[in-house]
Amino acid sequence: MRKIHALIAATALIAGGAQAANVTLLNVSYDPTRELYKAENAAFAAQWKAKTGDTVTINQSHGGSGAQSRAVIDGLDADVVTLALAYDIDAISQKAQLLPANWQSRLPEHSTPYTSTIVFLVRKGNPWKVHDWPDLVKPGIQVVTPNPKTSGGARWSYLAAWAYAEKAPGGDANKAKAFVANLYSHVPVLDTGARGSTTTFVNRGIGDVLLSWENEAYLALDELGRDKFEIVYPKVSILAEPPVAILDKNVDRHGTRKVAEAYLNFLYSKEGQEIEAKNYYRARDPQVAAAHAKQFPQLKLYTIDEVFGGWTKAQATHFADGGVFDQIYKPK
Amino acid sequence: MTAAAFPPRMPFVTARWRKSSALPGFNLTLGFTLFYLSAVILIPLAALAIKPWSLGAGGVWNVITQPRVVHALELSFGGSAIGAAINIVFGLAVAWTLVRYDFPGKRLIDAFVDLPFALPTAVAGIALSTLYAPNGWLGAPLAALGIKAAYAPLGVIIALTFIGLPFVVRTLQPVLTDLGREAEEASATLGATRLQTFRRVVLPALLPALMTGGTLAFARAVGEYGSVIFIAGNLPMKSEIAPLLIVIKLEEFDYAGAAAIGLTMLVASFFILLVLNLIQRVLLARR
Repeated sequence: MRKIHALIAATALIAGGAQAANVTLLNVSYDPTRELYKAENAAFAAQWKAKTGDTVTINQSHGGSGAQSRAVIDGLDADVVTLALAYDIDAISQKAQLLPANWQSRLPEHSTPYTSTIVFLVRKGNPWKVHDWPDLVKPGIQVVTPNPKTSGGARWSYLAAWAYAEKAPGGDANKAKAFVANLYSHVPVLDTGARGSTTTFVNRGIGDVLLSWENEAYLALDELGRDKFEIVYPKVSILAEPPVAILDKNVDRHGTRKVAEAYLNFLYSKEGQEIEAKNYYRARDPQVAAAHAKQFPQLKLYTIDEVFGGWTKAQATHFADGGVFDQIYKPK
Repeated sequence: MTAAAFPPRMPFVTARWRKSSALPGFNLTLGFTLFYLSAVILIPLAALAIKPWSLGAGGVWNVITQPRVVHALELSFGGSAIGAAINIVFGLAVAWTLVRYDFPGKRLIDAFVDLPFALPTAVAGIALSTLYAPNGWLGAPLAALGIKAAYAPLGVIIALTFIGLPFVVRTLQPVLTDLGREAEEASATLGATRLQTFRRVVLPALLPALMTGGTLAFARAVGEYGSVIFIAGNLPMKSEIAPLLIVIKLEEFDYAGAAAIGLTMLVASFFILLVLNLIQRVLLARR
């Protein structure tokens, strides 16, 4: 493996030296960002061309966040990763040492240029009168969400439900566990990814509520018509922070560090933030956020640090083998 | 490799333990076969067999005896067996129709049989779940009868039946073609009823091929992932198949645990296939 990598690197160096004006980046990302990065890449390439005269081509790879992380660890030669949650980039740092452990402090806002949250998608008219988390455990109601073991978005959904129950008046960890267990007993289908669950809910007509990324919910409305579904904002949810990072070892080998850094910084720029807001991600930039405020209702958003003590802890407690999620499904 | 390329120079190697064949090229073809099997099958499987033991024997046992893993294995093997059984019955009917009768559109139907081979499994899974979902063409009437097809264990069986059909039909067709009608006609002239002819004359001749087809369909279904996850519902202890559990373990970076389940499936499949092969030998020997 090492030798092959060295060989590729050598070829890349030679090729890079010969035609400095053509650069290629590989952005390995998660499932629902296809549309977002298509727009970002085109805008960045135009800006980079104007600034340096170089042509940059950004290739995209999409899939479940965990699977993408594993692909990078197993050798997928990415320059930058833009994944659904920090744990998946931590794993790359720990298992493949492609970037330092403190990667999240290298870019502003914990390396998350945009945020999102978890909302409810319900059928038109909201027949089950779903307005907040407790409504999701009404007798007989069915809730669709993917498997947190295989989907990053599903982990955020699970944590949002937990955060609601733990932070509710009189709530604690035991009550949160009972609430989440009750919630998952209302789940008839556990798809492996966010898109799969959207399809199950929207096209197959399964379930009464879909727990969804905010951006994915708006996309569903755009694609399938606002006359069929509505978005319900619960009173509280979680601040989902999908982080971005440069893979130091890979960019140094490819000689693409400068352009990769510029690419990630572009995501924080006014232009980049505007594209994110248009694709239904919550922009960090106060001005851009204010301009799109109508689209993104304000609600109490808990961070993973304040409720769960960070991703590493949340992962170990809830989603690892034998963790709380597995306990929920233990046969009684 | 060079030695193998010139088999006539080294006859002594083969003479003692093998009846010499009039056909040349034994060393070359055996060498190639061993090399090919090693590269394509044995080395990957050896890697799979080595991986789980980093957990220790107790750790492997712990992984594969968890109720959830046991249930998933039961569903994968049980569902595959039911799917294969269904295919043996209806695959025989399809093969019989295609071989014994001429009718317009026969070629077209014959081509349809191969579709489960050709279709990407994800496409098959999405198509089946669309069809059998409670709002689907077949799912709606079934739901009215109170039968839950998609997103239930029945959905797993439907998918595994779908992908297994061509194996049975394609194995039976040449045997049926060769069977000829003389034996049946003889049986009829000797006074046998249709059922007797089928049971005593046709079925024994077809049994080995039926078993081969059924075995292939079963083996294919045990490892099936792509089409099943779309229609199964994937609920732990209900409709979760073993290959999905392997993927879940991989997502947890638990490579050894994933390999432990993989190895269990491999060993179980191997023994089931071995027993089926032995039964088949006995059947063939009795003819």
